[in-house]
Amino acid sequence: MAATVKYDEVEAGQEIPAVDYPVRRANLVMYAGASGDFNPIHWNERFAKTVGLPDVIAHGMFTMAQAGRFVTDWAGDPGAVVDYGVRFSSMVVVPDDDNGAVITVSGVVEEKLEDKRVVVALTARCDGSRVLSKARAVVQLS
Amino acid sequence: MALNRDFVGRASAPSTPYEVSRVKIKEFATAIGDNNPIYHDREAARAAGHPDVIAPPTFPIVFSLSGGAILADPELGLNFAMVVHGEQRFEYRRPVHAGDELVSVSTVTDIRSVGRNEFITVRSDVTTVGGELVCTTYNTIVERGGAG
Repeated sequence: MAATVKYDEVEAGQEIPAVDYPVRRANLVMYAGASGDFNPIHWNERFAKTVGLPDVIAHGMFTMAQAGRFVTDWAGDPGAVVDYGVRFSSMVVVPDDDNGAVITVSGVVEEKLEDKRVVVALTARCDGSRVLSKARAVVQLS
Repeated sequence: MALNRDFVGRASAPSTPYEVSRVKIKEFATAIGDNNPIYHDREAARAAGHPDVIAPPTFPIVFSLSGGAILADPELGLNFAMVVHGEQRFEYRRPVHAGDELVSVSTVTDIRSVGRNEFITVRSDVTTVGGELVCTTYNTIVERGGAG
């Protein structure tokens, strides 16, 4: 496995440009099927509202996967991600319309570690709120 | 209702081995909208130095929740209707790849109150059937209002 990003060419503080990840109801249905998480708050508006939610919300793990995509696309080889953790800080509300929601992910190389590893700090926002906090990935660079 | 602190340190029995297939990895990668050929194409994965297609970093959520049996134990007192996902982490020794047969053992590592909410953390150690550690996952769920 080999990341396409070279450790020697990366500096602490370097920013990774933001990417927008659209999410519509169909994506949540697909994610429910693929992950096995069929909690109705992720696909049934009627149920979501009965438990006090504003509307259907995305699986936290779907949002985590989008921020993971951001890191693996940057690294080149997804096998280069050796540690990845997040805290779920806010909901991604997905309305039943043609636009859905948009998760915007950006990153910064927070620290260079030994053995050509770096810590990437991630920011994920939706509708003005941070939907992930303490989001960090450790990536093995070349 | 406060969660039963006696569950801290309790471990699940090893799960039935989970067979990681190319088809499941493709389904999962497609569901997260990721077309990276290393998830979809064995030759692309081999060219990158992997034995077969590998799985996205969050893929172990599909099979590592063998802690579910512990969480469902009525003695714990967890009200699933009030549960939200608090934190998640994956720590890798190597990527998961198609052909792996993986066994998870889950352990409750922490139960704590934060305000009116109860937090419970489950660590899952994921090994091959041969005993090789592949990854460790940490899953913290929050029971809203549980400590009130």
